[in-house]
Amino acid sequence: MKNTLNNKLIMASTGLFLCFFLVIHLLGNLQLLLPEDVAREQFNWYSHMLSGNLLIKIISWILYASLIGHAVYALIIAVKNNTANGKSYQYDKRNFASAWNSRNMGILGTILLLFLIVHFKDYWYTYKFTALPVDANGNKDLYEIVVSSFSQAWYVIIYEISFLALGFHLLHGFFSASRTLGLYHPKYAKAVKIIGWFYSIAITGGFMAIPLYIYFK
Amino acid sequence: MKLFLKIWRQLNASSKGEMVNYEIDGISEQMSFLEMLDLLNESLIQLGERVIEFDHDCREGICGQCGIMINGRAHGPLKHTTTCQLHMRSFKDGDTIYIEPFRAAAFPILRDLKINRKSFDAIITSGGYINAGTGQAPEANSIPITYEQSEAAFDTAACIGCGACVATCKNSSAALFTSAKVTHLSLLPQGQLEASKRVIAMVRQMDAEGFGSCSNTEACEVECPQDISVLSIAKMNYEYNKAVLLKK
Repeated sequence: MKNTLNNKLIMASTGLFLCFFLVIHLLGNLQLLLPEDVAREQFNWYSHMLSGNLLIKIISWILYASLIGHAVYALIIAVKNNTANGKSYQYDKRNFASAWNSRNMGILGTILLLFLIVHFKDYWYTYKFTALPVDANGNKDLYEIVVSSFSQAWYVIIYEISFLALGFHLLHGFFSASRTLGLYHPKYAKAVKIIGWFYSIAITGGFMAIPLYIYFK
Repeated sequence: MKLFLKIWRQLNASSKGEMVNYEIDGISEQMSFLEMLDLLNESLIQLGERVIEFDHDCREGICGQCGIMINGRAHGPLKHTTTCQLHMRSFKDGDTIYIEPFRAAAFPILRDLKINRKSFDAIITSGGYINAGTGQAPEANSIPITYEQSEAAFDTAACIGCGACVATCKNSSAALFTSAKVTHLSLLPQGQLEASKRVIAMVRQMDAEGFGSCSNTEACEVECPQDISVLSIAKMNYEYNKAVLLKK
């Protein structure tokens, strides 16, 4: 059953799982905003706890699968859509009728993919596959790595730009996914659009605050 | 008023086609856009040139036959209008107007501004109907339905199949067209019986015709002459997901 609606269902379900993951990820990272002594101890303990838990391991596999699936299916859909378009218009002002971010989910997604490569390399890989100094409790000192990387202005800028792209991606993606899943009731469709706005602003604002806080501390 | 026109000319489906410049004078603002093209064609006939072919029929905005990309927008600068209901008062003296056919791989150009929309017919043929016994018309009040329900069904039944939704979609998706018919019939008692079979068949046909997928940009609703709601796309997705999940 390969068709456009099934492809979109995969995009929607992986996308919504990633939306759920972002909430957990942000809540965990907000520990970085605590006073330094507490933050170091707690954040390192939290990171250690996550890497040892089987349930978290299963969720992380779903996460990797969702990330890859979301990107691969985006590409499949984009190629198909390109074929469907045929010859392009000589003079095109169709942009008038829709929002910029809704038309450019692919560009926003590509920025996010590039960001994820940097992000995974600098934290995920470093934490999992390299020897790190330990803190007073014997946990790997991930807090030190976070603080030292966000003391560099260019690194903070890369993160802030990526989070902006994330915000616009979520703003369209959250409600679009709910529509693909079939939420057609006018009252709830409107509610989901409003919730999507709050969700996108909260997630984007939260993630943007952390590098800035650490940089200016 | 005097206008500078850039019009897509293409001899047949296999030829390449190009934009050709025309100048036209003496246009009044009461003229419809199609009357302006009629006037241009009359001058071309007098010059012994091939006229510009475009689709049109009722010229009162109800048949869905006309459809032109005007200045880069489906049916021109106004929202919720057909090309025939666009008047020259929407333009001003000395304007340059770009005139192109609706473009999509599933809408091959036949000549100039005339396109083949039989892919829409194929989608309807695949399931956009109900099966009913022939004979005398049944008593209308034998199937109860609320006023609101029948009005909601009629809102989507109002689709005239012009193809502006596909033309304005960045993916050339026929989601609004297909969902209008799916929603129309799924809201009526007569359409319930074949609802799941219908939605699966129509979605499959939509793909087979080579339309793209819906990104929910909602551009189609803006250009739709009948203002058909994008929520009908959500309704089609709901009906489709339900049909696939419950399929035996």
